[in-house]
Amino acid sequence: MENSFINIVLFPEIALSIATVILLLIGLFQKKNSFKNICNLSILTLIFISFLVFLNRDFALANYNDFFTNSAFIQFFKGLIIIGSLATIIIAKNYFIELKLSRFEIPILILFSILGMMVLISSNDLISMYLGIELQSLALYVVAAIKRDSLQSSESGVKYFVLGALSSGILLYGCSLIYGFTGSTNFQDIQNNLNILNHLNLGIMFGLIFVLVGLAFKVSAVPFHMWTPDVYEGAPTSITAFFAIVPKVAAVALIFRFCLEPFKDFYSEWSQIIIFLSIASMFLGAIAAIAQKSIKRLLAYSSIGHVGYILIGLVAANSAGIKGVSIYMSIYVVMNIAVFSIILSLKYNNVFIEKIREFSGLSKHKPLISLSLSIIMLSMAGIPPFAGFFGKFYIFVAALKADLILLAVLGVISSVISAFYYLRIIKVMYFDEQENANFQLIINSQSLFLLIFCMLFISLFVFYPSFLTSISSYISIDYFQ
Amino acid sequence: MIDWPIISVTIFLPLLGSLIIFLIKEDESSSNNIKWAALWTSIGTFILSCLIWLQFDNAFVGYQLIEKYQWFSDFNFFYHVGVDGISLFMILLSTFLIPFCILASWVSIKKRIKEYMMAFLFLETVMLGMFFSIDILLFYIFFESVLIPMFLIIGIWGGENRIYASFKFFLYTLLGSVLMLIAIIFMYQITNTMNISELQGNFFSKKVQLYLWLAFFASFAVKIPMWPFHTWLPDAHVEAPTAGSVILAGVLLKMGGYGFIRFSLGMFPEASAYFMPLIMTLSVIAIIYTSFVAFAQTDMKKLIAYSSVAHMGMVTIGIFLVNPQGLEGAIVQMISHGIVSAALFLCVGVIYDRMHTREIAFYGGLVTRMPKYSVAFMIFMLASVGLPGTSGFVGEFLIILGAFKFNTFIALFAASGIILGAIYMLYLYKNIIFGVLTNDKLKEILDLETREKLIMYPIIIMVIIIGVFPNIFLDSMHLSVELIISNYEIANGK
Repeated sequence: MENSFINIVLFPEIALSIATVILLLIGLFQKKNSFKNICNLSILTLIFISFLVFLNRDFALANYNDFFTNSAFIQFFKGLIIIGSLATIIIAKNYFIELKLSRFEIPILILFSILGMMVLISSNDLISMYLGIELQSLALYVVAAIKRDSLQSSESGVKYFVLGALSSGILLYGCSLIYGFTGSTNFQDIQNNLNILNHLNLGIMFGLIFVLVGLAFKVSAVPFHMWTPDVYEGAPTSITAFFAIVPKVAAVALIFRFCLEPFKDFYSEWSQIIIFLSIASMFLGAIAAIAQKSIKRLLAYSSIGHVGYILIGLVAANSAGIKGVSIYMSIYVVMNIAVFSIILSLKYNNVFIEKIREFSGLSKHKPLISLSLSIIMLSMAGIPPFAGFFGKFYIFVAALKADLILLAVLGVISSVISAFYYLRIIKVMYFDEQENANFQLIINSQSLFLLIFCMLFISLFVFYPSFLTSISSYISIDYFQ
Repeated sequence: MIDWPIISVTIFLPLLGSLIIFLIKEDESSSNNIKWAALWTSIGTFILSCLIWLQFDNAFVGYQLIEKYQWFSDFNFFYHVGVDGISLFMILLSTFLIPFCILASWVSIKKRIKEYMMAFLFLETVMLGMFFSIDILLFYIFFESVLIPMFLIIGIWGGENRIYASFKFFLYTLLGSVLMLIAIIFMYQITNTMNISELQGNFFSKKVQLYLWLAFFASFAVKIPMWPFHTWLPDAHVEAPTAGSVILAGVLLKMGGYGFIRFSLGMFPEASAYFMPLIMTLSVIAIIYTSFVAFAQTDMKKLIAYSSVAHMGMVTIGIFLVNPQGLEGAIVQMISHGIVSAALFLCVGVIYDRMHTREIAFYGGLVTRMPKYSVAFMIFMLASVGLPGTSGFVGEFLIILGAFKFNTFIALFAASGIILGAIYMLYLYKNIIFGVLTNDKLKEILDLETREKLIMYPIIIMVIIIGVFPNIFLDSMHLSVELIISNYEIANGK
């Protein structure tokens, strides 16, 4: 297709950046209700962008000297990101208004970080990768600290910024080492240049490790997870929802692409690191969550655990792994949307729920909500027949295809440990009695619809898994062409 | 022939019932509607399962009434259900017991009746689905789903220490069964099929079989439960409400035995032969040890729970003898134990509902106030120790017969289990029913009411039918059992 003006404008990233800037201007000049309007407009923008993402399969244009690339895998993850952020904006809207945090900059910043994520997912070059990471991170640093008068929120923002900047620095140093020893920043060229080597020399090895450390920080894999619980807890819950759902998807897609594209011939080098990250994340995620009192911290550790399972799919490094991760991530996104839409709309004694024990007796007062929350928890624990089980199932299929039996066994054992804390939430809701609890449910029709949709997805997935598995089969075949 | 999908209807009818109950608004006036809806759903399911029995062809080898639909687009997993001689009676057992569970909870469950009935009907769906499955992944999904309603039943409607018991039950059995998942995926990688009937045979090298067998063993040994993996059972039984204990002892323990027959024997015959001494040792320990432990209990439910472990020890001996008498004896013993121990728990429930204690020492001399109850209790107690003419005799007799063919020592130990069983059961019965009624609180206790008679009498009839006409049951399982035994013998070169 030719590089006509209209085609360039309709390139999803470009269209998104133009739209975001326009929204920024609208927000600036609007006096009343700017937050609500900008939220609605950004939802519309995202819907529009998602169409563009799925339409531009054959765009060979605007690759900017092979800075970017495209594949079904990339499109799928971009789609997931857009769906995830759409849902987060919908479920978070009320919460911001209730907390008097309704600043129109929030959706704008979220849109900018989505732009960064789209850039980093489709990057085909160390430089564009770094650009994407920085663009998304800078926007996220700001939203983490958006509640300016709260000590916790500011602290979490600063913590996130300092640690994030450090990891970006390490990542950038790694990129420079890789460039120095291979003479290229392009993923394809790096792979070609490495292909002639029998083994990685020390410089590239360090480069690889540094980049992986930076990426591990972004996916919050143990031992680079320290920021996650603090930031999840400190940031306003609506922002936490965004953190839990969206950036993780992007970072996971990137770490997959980085290992499987430029370094695909040096499997044994990077797989050692990933195996360690995976086992450590699964077990720390499972064990550290047991003692948590805050639901947000608990979800932080639970997301660390989920990353551990996802990395098993990366270690498998086969088409089943790609398939497993796309299924797992989709289900993960849906489950998190569901759980956060509940947390973001549930008030206990006129304050939004943050502590696990505040859920006690919920089943008496809000039976449907507690039923949904229990189904989500069982699904996260990977108990059949709910969707979460199938995510884990596909990951273990990939692991066994690659003969990683030990990793799979460790995976299931840690999933049993993690079942304990998921069950604890059910226990608090159903087994603990509390007579005089005052629960309020503040939910608008959009997020209610979203919650119902997610619940149907989680509980009915078992009856018709093919719609997701056939998409992911297509992605994995496309990836290894 | 029936040309509609009778098995799927049977599986999903309880689920439909629970959805209907879900839609009923719970208040004072509708709680009776909820109970009736649950009762009729479960009776309907029982009638359907009897229809399946009528349709069942005893002269047909392998699965019957098969239904198969595409399920996954990318794997050879199917929604594949059917019934054979081994699963048939497990299914009948499940559908037979659920109506009694609902009747037994009619007045004793006072809070959250709606959720309770939904949990029971959901439990029935997953239990039936598990026994009907021909696809291993389908089996696994149902097998693990059982944990969810049971966790809630113990945790919400249980006794004092219910939270500990429910967590122990859930995590213990989950840890056992996740290893099975890995084994299932591993088998799929090798054979590219998940069809249980196709996998019956000897498809894996001996080394692989050993690992797979151990993975499945971890799951079933916890479920059945074998000594030393039984510690979750007494806790779960004591804390669960009466109906929960009934279904736990009646059906859930049988999932382990069913799994041993279907998977361990049917798919890994060489490994089963290799590990047979282990099973025999653990079973003998279970029979002797838990019988003594049962004798030392002061809580009635705990006593019966430990007796279950001992009876299941008999079952595992019967299964791994791998001769027709032993295997058929094990299946009959599972059915019989399912009915008898369920009935014993119901008997405990009857006096617990009146007195709210399960201490053996609290009771004594009930025969003067509750003659009908005493007769019912006696029949179940005698069936439990294996009196000829009751269901317990058939199973134990066949197992000991099979054991004598195999090894006299095993037979001796198994037989001693019966004697020990008689000791603690008679002790229990004597202390509760006979003696002088000294406790003042018991002076006003009433005999069985109509609802309780409706529970007890059909079960008594069942116990005697199985005891007097065991061939009704044995005829249907001959071919399926022979198939497994011939597979086993071919694989081990006998």
